[in-house]
Amino acid sequence: MSGLVLEVVSIRPGAAAQPLFAPLDLTVAAGSITTLMGASGIGKSTLVDFVGGHLAAGFEATGRVLLGGRDVTRLPAEARRIGILFQDALLFPHLSVGDNLSFGLAQRIGGRRARRIAVEAALDQAGLGGFHDRDPATLSGGQRARAALMRTLMADPAALLLDEPFSKLDPALRSELREFVFDHVRARAIPVLLVSHDREDASAAGGPVVLLAER
Amino acid sequence: MRLSLVALIALGLASPALGETWEETLAAARGQTVYWNAWGGDKRTNDFIAWASGALEAQYGVAIRQVKLSDTAEAVTRVVAEKAAGQTEGGAVDLIWINGANFQSMKEAGLLYGPFLQELPNARYLDLSEGSAATVDFTIPTEGYESPWRLARFVLTYDGARVETPPRSMAALGDWAAAHPGRFTHPTAANFMGATFLKQALIELAPDPSVLQSPASDAGYEAAVAPLWAWYDALRPNLWHGGEGFPENESVLQQMLNDGEVDFAMAFDPAAAAAAVERGLLPDTVRSYAPDAGSIGNISFVAIPFNAAHREGAMVVANFLLDPAVQAHAQDITVLGSYSVLDPTKLDAAQQAAFAALPSSPALPSNADLGRTLAEPHPSWMTRIVEDWTRRSTE
Amino acid sequence: MTAADGRWMRLCVLGIVLAGLVLPIVTGLWQTGRAAFGHLPAVGAVSISLDPWRALAALPGLWRSVALSLWTGVGSTALSLLLALALAGVLNGRLSAGRTARLLAPALAAPHAAVAIGLAYVIAPSGWIARLLSPWATGWQVPPDVAIVHDTAGLSLILGLMVKEVPFFLLVLLSAQGQIAVRASLAAGRALGYGAGTAWWKLVVPQLYPLIRLPVFVVLSFALSVVDMAMLLGPSNPPTLAVAMTRWFLAAETRLILPASAAAFLLSGLVAAAIALWLAGERAVAALGRVWLRRGRRGRVAERGLVLAGAVGAVLAALAAAALASLLVWSVAWRWSFPDAWPESWSLGAWMRPAAGWGPAVVETARTGVVATLLSLALAIAWLESEDRAGLGRARWAEALIYLPLIVPQIAFLFGLSIALLGVGLPAGAPAVIWGHALFVFPYVMIALSESWRALDPRLVRSAAALGAGPWRRLVAVKLPVLSRPILTAAAIGFAVSVAQYLPTLFLGAGRVATLTTEAVTLASGSDRRITGVYAVLQAALPFAAYLLALLLPAAMRRRRGLAAS
Repeated sequence: MSGLVLEVVSIRPGAAAQPLFAPLDLTVAAGSITTLMGASGIGKSTLVDFVGGHLAAGFEATGRVLLGGRDVTRLPAEARRIGILFQDALLFPHLSVGDNLSFGLAQRIGGRRARRIAVEAALDQAGLGGFHDRDPATLSGGQRARAALMRTLMADPAALLLDEPFSKLDPALRSELREFVFDHVRARAIPVLLVSHDREDASAAGGPVVLLAER
Repeated sequence: MRLSLVALIALGLASPALGETWEETLAAARGQTVYWNAWGGDKRTNDFIAWASGALEAQYGVAIRQVKLSDTAEAVTRVVAEKAAGQTEGGAVDLIWINGANFQSMKEAGLLYGPFLQELPNARYLDLSEGSAATVDFTIPTEGYESPWRLARFVLTYDGARVETPPRSMAALGDWAAAHPGRFTHPTAANFMGATFLKQALIELAPDPSVLQSPASDAGYEAAVAPLWAWYDALRPNLWHGGEGFPENESVLQQMLNDGEVDFAMAFDPAAAAAAVERGLLPDTVRSYAPDAGSIGNISFVAIPFNAAHREGAMVVANFLLDPAVQAHAQDITVLGSYSVLDPTKLDAAQQAAFAALPSSPALPSNADLGRTLAEPHPSWMTRIVEDWTRRSTE
Repeated sequence: MTAADGRWMRLCVLGIVLAGLVLPIVTGLWQTGRAAFGHLPAVGAVSISLDPWRALAALPGLWRSVALSLWTGVGSTALSLLLALALAGVLNGRLSAGRTARLLAPALAAPHAAVAIGLAYVIAPSGWIARLLSPWATGWQVPPDVAIVHDTAGLSLILGLMVKEVPFFLLVLLSAQGQIAVRASLAAGRALGYGAGTAWWKLVVPQLYPLIRLPVFVVLSFALSVVDMAMLLGPSNPPTLAVAMTRWFLAAETRLILPASAAAFLLSGLVAAAIALWLAGERAVAALGRVWLRRGRRGRVAERGLVLAGAVGAVLAALAAAALASLLVWSVAWRWSFPDAWPESWSLGAWMRPAAGWGPAVVETARTGVVATLLSLALAIAWLESEDRAGLGRARWAEALIYLPLIVPQIAFLFGLSIALLGVGLPAGAPAVIWGHALFVFPYVMIALSESWRALDPRLVRSAAALGAGPWRRLVAVKLPVLSRPILTAAAIGFAVSVAQYLPTLFLGAGRVATLTTEAVTLASGSDRRITGVYAVLQAALPFAAYLLALLLPAAMRRRRGLAAS
C-alpha cells in the first residue's frame, strides 16, 4: 500500500457550517497522477490544505488521510512528507535560487559539497544551470515554477499535491511547464494529486479524474 | 490653633516702621507670581511652600509657584543659560533655595541680586553679628545676598525596634557596621547629604579640626583627610551592597529604612524622622540623635538671581519666611518641623510663647540628644573629599 | 492643477518640517558642539579648545559609563528584538493582528518612567515579590542585602527596557507581517518538512527583519541615551553615560557643562558606533544564517525556543502588570512594611488634594500632549495629502527626515537648543515644551499614519473625484472619515509619546513646566512611594485613556450615524 488514501473526508468552514463538498473517498496509487476537479469555490484548495496539514484555524474536518498505509491525519504538516506545489510558486525572497533549493534538499544529504552538487544538478535539470546565486525576483514565471517544483522534489516527498500550479501562467508556457512537471513527478513513482479546474490539465496528466461533488 | 496662627501672622505683618522703599517693594510685588526653585523631593516642604503661597496671596497679593527641582543645580544651570543668551531681565527663576557650593558658584559668577537682606523688615529678628550662623554659608560670608529661612542639623535616625544601642561616634559606627554588615549606608557623596555625612566624619576624625575652617591647602589636606579615608576604607566593605552602590539622597535612604533594607537613615533636619512618622513614612519606633561630639549644623538660605522677573515678589517671600509666626509654624512638627533661624532673644514674649506651645513627639530629639553644633568646613574641603570619594568608589 | 497645487503644498510642508524639526536639531547640535569645544560665553568660556574633552576624559568613571551604555543599550535591544521575533512566531496564527494590537496597548501606553518606578518596587529585595514570598518561603525578616535595582551590571535596566521595547517591536512586527506572505511561507516550509518554529526562524524572520530595521535603530538609539529609566533602574555609581551627562549638565559647578557637552557628542558617536556594530552583526548573522539554512536541518530546537520565548514573554507581561498594579496599591496605602504582602493600613490621602499636587500636573500634561499631538497630526496629514496631490511617493531622504529626531540622541541637542531658544528671545516655558514634544510626537504620528493612509483604497477617492468632488472635499469628506480609526490611533500614540517625554520637558521648560513625568521622576527620588504611586498611576492612565478613546470613538461615531456595528 504505497498510495495516498483519503477516507470519507469532509470539511466545514466552521463548527456550525455546512460541509463544503460531499464526503470524499479517494485512492491515488504510487506513480499515478490523479486529477481532482471541481467548480471554483467548492473547496479544492481547502482540501489540499487538509491533506498537507495546513488547514487554517476555524475549519472543521473529519475523515482520514493515509500515506503508505500510515495514518497521517493527526501529524503536523512537516512530519507527513507530503510535498505541495502552490499556485503562486512562492520562492523565498530572502534566499537565492540555489539556496531555495538547498533549503528544500533533504537533510540526509550531508556535507556542503554534496549538497551543492545536488542543488546544481537539480538546477541543470530545470534548465536553470548557472542560476544558483540569482535573486528569485529576477526569474520569469516559468523559471520560478520550475525552481519551486525542484525545491519541492528535493525534500524527497512521499506524496505530492499540485494546487493549480499552472493556472497563473500564460497559455504558451502552460503546456511546456505541464510536461516538465509531469515528467519529473512520474519519474519519482509517488502518488500525485493534482487539483485543477482546467480540463487540459487533467488530460495531460493522463491519470484518473475525480470530480469533487457538491453536497 | 489655626485662628491664633492667622492672628499672629496678621500681627507680624502689621508691624509699623516700614521704610519707604519697602512700601514701594510691596506695591511692586502685588500681583506677582514668584517662581521659587526649591528641591521638590520633600512633601512637607512642598506643602509648606503651598501654604505660604496661600498666606502671601491673602496678605500681599503675591503668589508662589514652586518649581520642584530634583537638584538645586538645575536652577543654577538655568540662570547660566539665560546669562549666556544675554537675558538680563525677565529671567525664569525668581527665588532659589540655595546653599554652599551653589551659592558660592552663583555669587562668584555674578548671577545673584543683592545685597537685599538688610532691606527686609523681618531681618531685625536675626542675629546678624559678624560671623554668626545667619551671616555665613559654609564659611562663605553671605554679605546680604542670601536670606535665611530654616535651620539644619545633621542627625542619624535608627529603628529602635531593630537597633538597641546605636553608635555614638563615627569610629563606633565603623565597629557597628563590622558587626552588622550590609545594614548601614549613606547617600552618594554626589548628593549634599552624602557629602555632609563624610564631612561629619572628617570633623570627628581629623587630627586638628580647626584647619577645616580655612580653604583646603595641598599641604594640609592629605594629613587632615588620611584618618577619614582609613576609617572609610574599613567601613565600606560592610556597607549595604558591599559599598558598591549608594542611595541617591536621604529620602531614598529613609525609604530604605522604612523598607527594612538598612537600619539607619540620616537627615539634615532633626525633625525629619518625627514628621515622617506622623505621615506614615516611618515606623513609630524610630529615634533621631546626633553623635556625642556634636553634629554639623547650618542655615538654609534663599537667594534671588540677578535677572529675576519678579524680584520684588521674591523679596516679599523672603521677608515672609522670616516672620516669627511663620518660623513658629515651620517649626511645628506636624507642619515642617524645621528649627527656627531667628534669634530667640530678639523675640517678644508672645512670639516666644508660640514656639513654646508647639507639639512634641518621641521621634523628635531633645536639645540634649542634639548636643553641640559643629561649624561647616570651608566648601573647598567638601569639593575635594567628594572628588576623592568619587574617584575611590568608581575605581 | 492638482499636481501643481500638490507640489506647492508639499513645499510648504517641507518648509515647516525643515524649520520646525530639522533646524532646531541642527541648531541644538551646533550649540552643544560649540560648548563641547570650549565655546560657551555664559560660563566665561570663549576659546576653542580641546579642554572640555580632556576634562571629560579625566572625569572619574567615564569609561565604565561608556561601557555600561553600550552594554545596556545593545544588550537590551538585541534581547528585546530576539524575544519579540520569537513571540511574534508564537502568536502568529493563534491571535489575530487586531487582538494582539489591543493586548499590547496598555504596555505601549505606559510611559517608561511609570514602568520603571513600578518595576523597581516589584523586583527590589524589599519589593513586592520578596514580600509575597517572605517570611514563609524565604525566611527573610529583613530584606536580603543583594543589589537588584541599580545593579552594577545594569541587568534591571535591561529588564526594564525589555518590558517596554518588546511590545513596541511586536507592534512593528505585526504591521510588517501584513506586508509579506507569512502563511504561504510557513506552509511551503512545512511542506518541505520543517517544523513551524524552524520555518518561522528560517523563512519568516529573514523577510521581516529588513522591514523593521529603522525601528530597530530607533530603539537602539533610545536605549543608549535613555535618561529617566536609567536613573530609576540603572547602575548609580557610575551611571550610564546619558545619566552621568545629565548630572553634569545640571551640576552646581557650571564648568562641568563643557565636558557634559563633549559627553553629548561622545554619546552621539556611541550611537553611531552601536549602529555600525549592529550592521556588522547583521552581516555576521546573515552569513551564519545562510550556512544554517543550506544545511537543511529539520531539527526541533526552534520549537523549544519558541516555547521558552512564550514563557519569558509571559513573565515579562506579568512583571509589567505587577509593576503597574503596585503603583496603584501604593497610591492607596498608608503603611506597608516588609515583609507584609499587602499594606497594613490604607488611605486615600495621596489622592485627596489634587489642587495642591497632581491636579495641575495632569492639566499641564494633557494640555502639552493634546496640543503637540494636534500640531503633529495636522502636519502629518498635510504631508501625506501633499504627496497624494503631487502624485509623488516618499523619497528615502524624506523618510530619513522623519526618523532623524528619533535616531539622534535627544540629549545631544536639547541643551544646545535651550540656549539657542533663549538666544533668539523665545523664553522657556509651555510653548517651547510643546514644540520640543512635537519634535518626537510628529515622527511617531507620521509613521503610524503613513501605512494606513497609503493602504486606502484608491478607488474610493477616484469615485469621489468622478462625482465631481474637488481635492479638499475628497480629503474632508472621504479620506479623513474613512481613515478616522488610524488617525485616532496615530493621535493616541502621539499623545502617549508626549506624556512620556522627560528630557525635553526638563530642558525646554526651565523647570516651570511640571508634567506628570517630570514630577514622577523627581518624586521617585523622594521618600513617599504613595505620592509617587499617584503620579505614576496617572502618568500611565492618561495615555491609556487616549488609546481607549481611539478604540471606542470610531464605533461610537458610526452608531450615531445610524450605521450598524457589524
